Amino acid sequence: MSIRLGGIIAGLAITLVLVLWSLAPGVYNFAFGPAPEKQPSYAFYEHGEGPANGFSFDGAFGKWDYAQLQRGYQVYKEVCSACHSLKFVAFRNLQDLGYTEAEVDAEAASWTVPGIDPATGETTTRPGEPTDYFPMPFSNAIAAAAANNNAIPPDLSLITKARHDGSNYVYSLLTGYGEADPAKAAKVGFETPDGLYFNKHFPNVNIAMAPPLAVDGQVTFADGTASTIPQMATDVAAFLTWTAEPSLVERKQTGWFVIGFLLFATVLAFLSYKQIWAGLKPKKG
Amino acid sequence: MSFAWAKQYQPQSAFTKWLDEKLPFPRLVYNAVGAGYPVPRNLNYMWNFGVLAGFCLMLQIVTGVVLAMHYAANQAVAFGTVEHIMRNVNYGWMLRYAHANGASFFFIVIYLHIFRGFFYSSYKAPREMIWLLGVVIFLLMMATAFMGYVLPWGQMSFWGAQVITGLFTAIPLVGEPLQVWLLGGFAPDNAALNRFFSLHFLLPFVIAGVVILHIWALHIPGSSNPTGVEVKQESDTVPFHPYYTAKDGFGLGVFMILFTAMVFFLPNALGHPDNYIEANPLSTPALIVPEWYFYPFYAILRAFTGDLTIPFTGIVLIPAKLLGVIAMFGSILVWFILPWLDKSPVRSGHYRPLFRKFFWFGLIPTMAALFYLGGAHAEEPYIMLSQIFTAYYFMHFLVILPIISQIEVPKPLPFSITEAVLGKDKAAEAPRAGTVDGTDAGTATDGSLQPAE
Repeated sequence: MSIRLGGIIAGLAITLVLVLWSLAPGVYNFAFGPAPEKQPSYAFYEHGEGPANGFSFDGAFGKWDYAQLQRGYQVYKEVCSACHSLKFVAFRNLQDLGYTEAEVDAEAASWTVPGIDPATGETTTRPGEPTDYFPMPFSNAIAAAAANNNAIPPDLSLITKARHDGSNYVYSLLTGYGEADPAKAAKVGFETPDGLYFNKHFPNVNIAMAPPLAVDGQVTFADGTASTIPQMATDVAAFLTWTAEPSLVERKQTGWFVIGFLLFATVLAFLSYKQIWAGLKPKKG
Repeated sequence: MSFAWAKQYQPQSAFTKWLDEKLPFPRLVYNAVGAGYPVPRNLNYMWNFGVLAGFCLMLQIVTGVVLAMHYAANQAVAFGTVEHIMRNVNYGWMLRYAHANGASFFFIVIYLHIFRGFFYSSYKAPREMIWLLGVVIFLLMMATAFMGYVLPWGQMSFWGAQVITGLFTAIPLVGEPLQVWLLGGFAPDNAALNRFFSLHFLLPFVIAGVVILHIWALHIPGSSNPTGVEVKQESDTVPFHPYYTAKDGFGLGVFMILFTAMVFFLPNALGHPDNYIEANPLSTPALIVPEWYFYPFYAILRAFTGDLTIPFTGIVLIPAKLLGVIAMFGSILVWFILPWLDKSPVRSGHYRPLFRKFFWFGLIPTMAALFYLGGAHAEEPYIMLSQIFTAYYFMHFLVILPIISQIEVPKPLPFSITEAVLGKDKAAEAPRAGTVDGTDAGTATDGSLQPAE
């Protein structure tokens, strides 16, 4: 009995403290206090949608579009790689994109990576080899910040997994640049500071990255696809989905095999369960 | 330790006879989860989750041990070694996704197992010890899962470690030194990562040890059942094997289908995107949240927004942070006294009309709300809602349960499990043998049989 009495007293005490010292002031503030301030940028943010037709790897049966991945790689190489690293990806991984071994050798050699002079031991640079990882565009974080208006360009290896709905986020960010509606901006006192750029799909709307895909035809695709801004954005978003999750398609295919096996095994398990219990259960009706 | 009619292990071959004399391990297994363990015949699917929890523990240990072979608990490389597992280790992505989602599914199974216990009052005599050990297992699981989430050394790992160890600073006087001592530094860094890895490897084996005690304690009174009426006779039970091994096999199949669907098709749905950003002590995430399975307790922690003061004097008796920490730990510790708070002699919620209403329309919606609110931004109306539901949570266990167990009129119970299943029980009509003189050693005062030790 004493445990129950103590419990009732403790329970009422906790509730009293919570209601009188936390809930009551909160309700009072909510009803009579000032409304919580919202950043003026809040009015301009729009949730970004992905490309109109989606991605080839979407859904449970999704597959890579290798031509698209190769185009996306080209966009990364010619545009993004000036500022953004890809440090968890090696040149050898490019074979996943449908390149042959010889093509990967040539592609690796087209990059310059840090090396050591075999004769003197001094640091130098050399052409990349398939075993090398993508080089860092800046020697350290301070250099990266200094060159980019104090914002460090994030590594892109995992960017589509490090953002909510990442593939669509990358696409919408790259296509979300523009101007804030001047009438609306004047009304709420919003402006984009110098050195920042307005992007309606970036969480606080002002982003330090200059529009990377500025004009149609910025990249000349090797396969002849017309390089409109949405096309380049879609392709590089697909490429960055691959860098974040190279096993994505293999994973889904393995999943169907595993679930198929498990469905079969579970049906057998169910039938044996019913058979074993058959004599014990009362007859229905 | 079993009922008198339990089957006895009969070694068949010369080898098993020899082994049975020297080390009767097969006999132990036979009595624990084999034909030698009589189990009530009326268990429903809610009784599948104990075996599933054991499976989850083994799955976590096996995948975890292999992952540890490829992981390095060093601040400089931890994030990179996780990516190494994802990209370079053969089927490393499968191991890691199975381990990460395995933790989530372990908690899903455990929550269902615990709420089965709440509804059917599995914590009541003679099963208090099973319940107490179960709460210990749950606390150990929480510690293990928290430390495991720190290991990838992403943003949520780092800031989660910062927030959770920061809770200890709420303790008066020793709080701050205690946090520094726990972390091995002033902020989470290499020392903290190393000890978390060491403990994350150790604790699952401690859990396995307590699980053995949990099962041992279970075998003394035997399993409970949905009617809450104790086993009285042989016709109330079936041998665990093959009856429940077959049923658990089917349950395991369903579980594996759901689990692999997550692992292979939505492996990151239960995680937080910020944890794919490497830990950065200089950049605080917009919203720091733990893993989803801690949300109810996180909501309780954040519900206390006001210091406990003496009104109109401004003297602070207990700061809000300490109140939150006390409430958060208290919300689980209250489970330890549950067997003594709920004194109703009836176990099953099916025969308790009042209890049942408070369970389905009080506790379950409260837990669902707290699960949602723990992951929400700390802004209105979420704060007010979490305060209301936190208040109900404590009221439910500490005030409502003791009172309804006093005033409730339970529905009539069936005579026996056999009657509950078949609709009739011959033993109910005939005078029962063995209880005539009331001195039978195997019979308790309420007429139920006690298993002979």
